[in-house]
Amino acid sequence: MIETSVPPGLVLLFGAFLLPFLSGTIRAVVALVLPLIALFLVWGVPDGPALTIPWFGYEIVPVQGDALSRVFGTVFTIMVFAGGLFSLRQSNRFELAAAYAYAGAAVGVVFAGDLLTVFVFWELMALASTVVIWCGGPNAWGSSIRYAIIHLLGGVVLMAGIAAYVTETGSIAFTAMEVGSVGTWLILIGFLLNVGAPPFSAWLPDAYPQASWSGTVFLSAFTTKTAVYVLLRGFPGTEILIWIGLYMVFYGIVYAILENDMRRILAYSIVNQVGFMVTGIGIGSEMALNGAAAHAFAHIIYKALLLMSAGSVLYATGKSKCTDLGGLFRTMPVTCICGIIGALSISAFPFTSGFIAKSLISQSAADDHHLTAFVWFALTAASAGVFLHAGIKFPWFVFFQKDSGLRPPDPPANMTGAMWILSALCIGLGIFPAPLYEILPYPVDYVPYTASHVVFQLQLLLFSGLAFFLLLNMLKRTETITLDFDWFWRGLGKALGREFDWRTVAAWEALATRSAQQARRFVAGVYRHHGPRGVLARTWPTGLMALWATVLLAAWLIIYYLR
Amino acid sequence: MKEKQPWLVRPETIRLLWIVFIVILALTVLADFFVHHHGHYGIDGTFGFGAWYGFVSCIVLVVFSKGLGAILKRRDDYYD
Repeated sequence: MIETSVPPGLVLLFGAFLLPFLSGTIRAVVALVLPLIALFLVWGVPDGPALTIPWFGYEIVPVQGDALSRVFGTVFTIMVFAGGLFSLRQSNRFELAAAYAYAGAAVGVVFAGDLLTVFVFWELMALASTVVIWCGGPNAWGSSIRYAIIHLLGGVVLMAGIAAYVTETGSIAFTAMEVGSVGTWLILIGFLLNVGAPPFSAWLPDAYPQASWSGTVFLSAFTTKTAVYVLLRGFPGTEILIWIGLYMVFYGIVYAILENDMRRILAYSIVNQVGFMVTGIGIGSEMALNGAAAHAFAHIIYKALLLMSAGSVLYATGKSKCTDLGGLFRTMPVTCICGIIGALSISAFPFTSGFIAKSLISQSAADDHHLTAFVWFALTAASAGVFLHAGIKFPWFVFFQKDSGLRPPDPPANMTGAMWILSALCIGLGIFPAPLYEILPYPVDYVPYTASHVVFQLQLLLFSGLAFFLLLNMLKRTETITLDFDWFWRGLGKALGREFDWRTVAAWEALATRSAQQARRFVAGVYRHHGPRGVLARTWPTGLMALWATVLLAAWLIIYYLR
Repeated sequence: MKEKQPWLVRPETIRLLWIVFIVILALTVLADFFVHHHGHYGIDGTFGFGAWYGFVSCIVLVVFSKGLGAILKRRDDYYD
């Protein structure tokens, strides 16, 4: 392999600015070649710092490679390629450019050797992804603003943490940290915000489904998985992450069960899947960290596939609610089959990528004898729940369920092509896990395909399927949303605003009435004295003047006489 | 003229699919006679553990979700 020290992310970041100015075949070629160049550069980055710049006594390391960076760099660039292919027909000229800049910034983070570089790319990612959401149209406006505020807030916390950390340690190198000091806590909180941790998980299902049919595909891949990467690099084995991860796992399932919009179901399921990774990072053994990285790799691919399938349905029908959809398998067979492959992968069915990745995390929970058994039992219950909320629910309500009467065709060839590529990767990695295991940060000593494991997993998933169909009546979709912590910044603000509004209006009206009354009284007073009949406006008769003159003279005479 | 329903959604097919599904479910449980599970915690190595644990987990999750939904569900134009 040729060693290069070109930051792989910059190719996408700068290439993105070309895209709005190109059209037709050239645009398509550039969009597809850029990620391939980036992938090539990812594998050209040598181990250790590849580029250092001295800066005010600190060492900035914009490019630094190791196995962990390469795992994420590889899957990110593959994802850009597939996403680019899928989005070629997106009529909004800016979305693809924003998505490429966003992906470039994400690749920038995973090759950053110091905290400042991490921060710069982190913020670029927030900005570019906000633009991707904006491109979803007028309905996306509110969500994109909420999204931007939360992420910029996270950026401030992260920057404060970095500043405190650098003051404390005198180093800006990005390596594993121990939580304990203010700086490391703030950095951890900044990272957790992007991972979708409670109580701020709601930004994700709020914002992602508002993007266009193609935008969501990109969004699903980078922000949360970059956050998984920085947690893997910075906070491996931090115990609190186990509990945060488990919360996210069940949060995703419960909210997805209650959700009606197919893309929001998949967004909740991102939180659920990332929860598995965060739990793995918290467990912190080599196997668990390998599992978190492998699961991120597999997850990016099958989640993008699922959102492409949902995106194709949205593209073809303009509808996204389960209550409006159903029976689409008739005319959208490719979308349906690829969606099912993605759904089986996310559920970790044997012979799919989810199976060989997630089992590393579950196994590491079982192998860790210091860990309470609860973690393994919870993860296993959650695996059953994944099949329930994403594995069956998504394909069932969109492609089967009832006949909605919709007869849309499968999407154009570039979109089905992208779905086939990712489907092939899902199954390919499931059957031949060796290439993925090979590039993981630590040596893998694990055989996923034992009779016991396969039988166990089949029992778990198929009986979950049985539960789904037996409980179908309870799972029937309604046109509702479910309140979340985001009520505190969406609903509470509005309620307060309304209350405040009501009181202000009342106060204003009282003030206005009183002022008007006073003004009227003043005018009436002036009128009384100076009006046509007013005392001061009368014409006085001459006799009255003579009388007053006489009175004055008489008074003067009396005063004179008295002296 | 009423559109002819595809094979997959005809009632007799659905009946057949249920039968096939139940047979497969039974086979995965029966496989426990031949496959030795070496559980880490004891109970997870017992006969049919995966089956009933998956089934019960899902029922608990659905019932819990319904309960939570009863409190937190709103019409989907709540925030508009």
